[in-house]
Amino acid sequence: MERGYLDHAATTPVAPAVLEAMLPYFGQIYGNPGSAHSWGGEARRAVEEARGSIAAFLGAAINEIVFTSGGTESNNTVIKGIAESNKARGNHIITSAIEHHAILNPCHTLERKGFEVTYIPVNNDWLVSPKDVEAAITAKTILISIMHANNEIGVIEPLAKIGAIARQHGIPFHTDAVQTFGHIPVNVADIEVDLLSASAHKLYGPKGVGLLYIHQGIKISPLLEGGEQEAKRRSSTLNVSGIIGFAKATELAADTMKTEPERISALRDKLIDGLLGKIKDTHLNGTRSSRLPNNINISFGGVEGEALLLSLDAQGIACSTGSACTSAKLETSHVLKALAIPHHLGNSSLRFSLGKATNDKDIERVLAVLPGVVDRLRTISPFYQPAERED
Amino acid sequence: MTGYSEKVMEHFHNPRNVGIIDQPDGVGKVGNAVCGDIMELYLKVAKEVIVDAKFRTFGCGAAIATSSMVTELIKGKTVAEARRISNQAVAEALGGLPPIKMHCSVLAEEALKKALDDYQNSKG
Repeated sequence: MERGYLDHAATTPVAPAVLEAMLPYFGQIYGNPGSAHSWGGEARRAVEEARGSIAAFLGAAINEIVFTSGGTESNNTVIKGIAESNKARGNHIITSAIEHHAILNPCHTLERKGFEVTYIPVNNDWLVSPKDVEAAITAKTILISIMHANNEIGVIEPLAKIGAIARQHGIPFHTDAVQTFGHIPVNVADIEVDLLSASAHKLYGPKGVGLLYIHQGIKISPLLEGGEQEAKRRSSTLNVSGIIGFAKATELAADTMKTEPERISALRDKLIDGLLGKIKDTHLNGTRSSRLPNNINISFGGVEGEALLLSLDAQGIACSTGSACTSAKLETSHVLKALAIPHHLGNSSLRFSLGKATNDKDIERVLAVLPGVVDRLRTISPFYQPAERED
Repeated sequence: MTGYSEKVMEHFHNPRNVGIIDQPDGVGKVGNAVCGDIMELYLKVAKEVIVDAKFRTFGCGAAIATSSMVTELIKGKTVAEARRISNQAVAEALGGLPPIKMHCSVLAEEALKKALDDYQNSKG
């Protein structure tokens, strides 16, 4: 059976060149970068070279990059670390209702400890209004954290405007750029961020390595304490092979970013137009105009997302869903719930996220298979009522 | 990903007894407030024996499979026998369900109880 992986927002395969770059750092150059001998020096030089190339890609200074275990750790470090180091200044954090749980759950933890968190709602296109952010600022605000692009809906948030507001008020500004780093231009000066999270496995790098950009002068307590690696900002022996792989993946991304967004957004638009045209009672979630080149998120009225996902998987197509039935808590995705869309549409969404290997044939196959799948499930559904929502 | 048994997947892909029954003798419509699944079960009863059962379900793979299985389990049984079918029995007949999906079998049992109640109430 032909198979098509359309879940690149979940993770991507490691690029062959990335794996090749990593391999010497397991058995040959295995020194601890913290060691004073030449074995350590070899590893240290490789890590610093990697750090330099990633810093250049981000428009950052080399000492502003801290390597972590991934997006979750970077996000946790920001929320908890900024709160800890600024608690004398204030106890208020501003974020959005559609952040990843790696932002929201640490915020909930802080709320239990007496912090106040404002969750900015989104407009009809899942966009955060910079005005709303500004209106939420108080004398006690110590952090603003707004994601660059949403992982489910793929909308790109107006970061530059929010960043300018944060800077004007002298409040540290963080963005979770896990979905954008290596996919669309991310330059810390352009978007005026002080802190930024990214993860290697979203851009054909290895799992288990990420970064946190910390602008010079930003006070932030570490999440991990120990051997004081990364200038005391993140203790733990460096994941040398992972960091080398991350740098290689970034180098490849810098190149593919020149042509890939145009190619992939044409495929994205073909899939969106095709599905909306071929299947009635389908609704695109999120704006088309400010959207990741590789994200498609559509609700199929009257059919449940996991049932759609399983049916597509059986035909060799991988995607994901915001349906309650696939979440550990049996709750509809908080991102979909952030807007008052009808319940059955919230549980009826599929996300397709395209990647480097995705071609026209993959799109044609989804367009050939999915109408029949939706049709079959609608004959089983008691719930199916056409067009409840006007788009 | 979901950890479904082969039997669950088989019933999901080929559900038995999909549809509605015209002039049914009992109908059970239930919804799960937490996950949003909805299940409708229709019964045709003759001389206290369930001669036909059909369902329509909005829900995940487990919800569709448990609906399908419950219709299979009750067909040919008496109303009294059908009353004794528990959610565990439905799950077992499917080769088990992942723990997080057991609530789907509860929904199937609730739909069945409601349909049987409806039958007995309308009988007077």
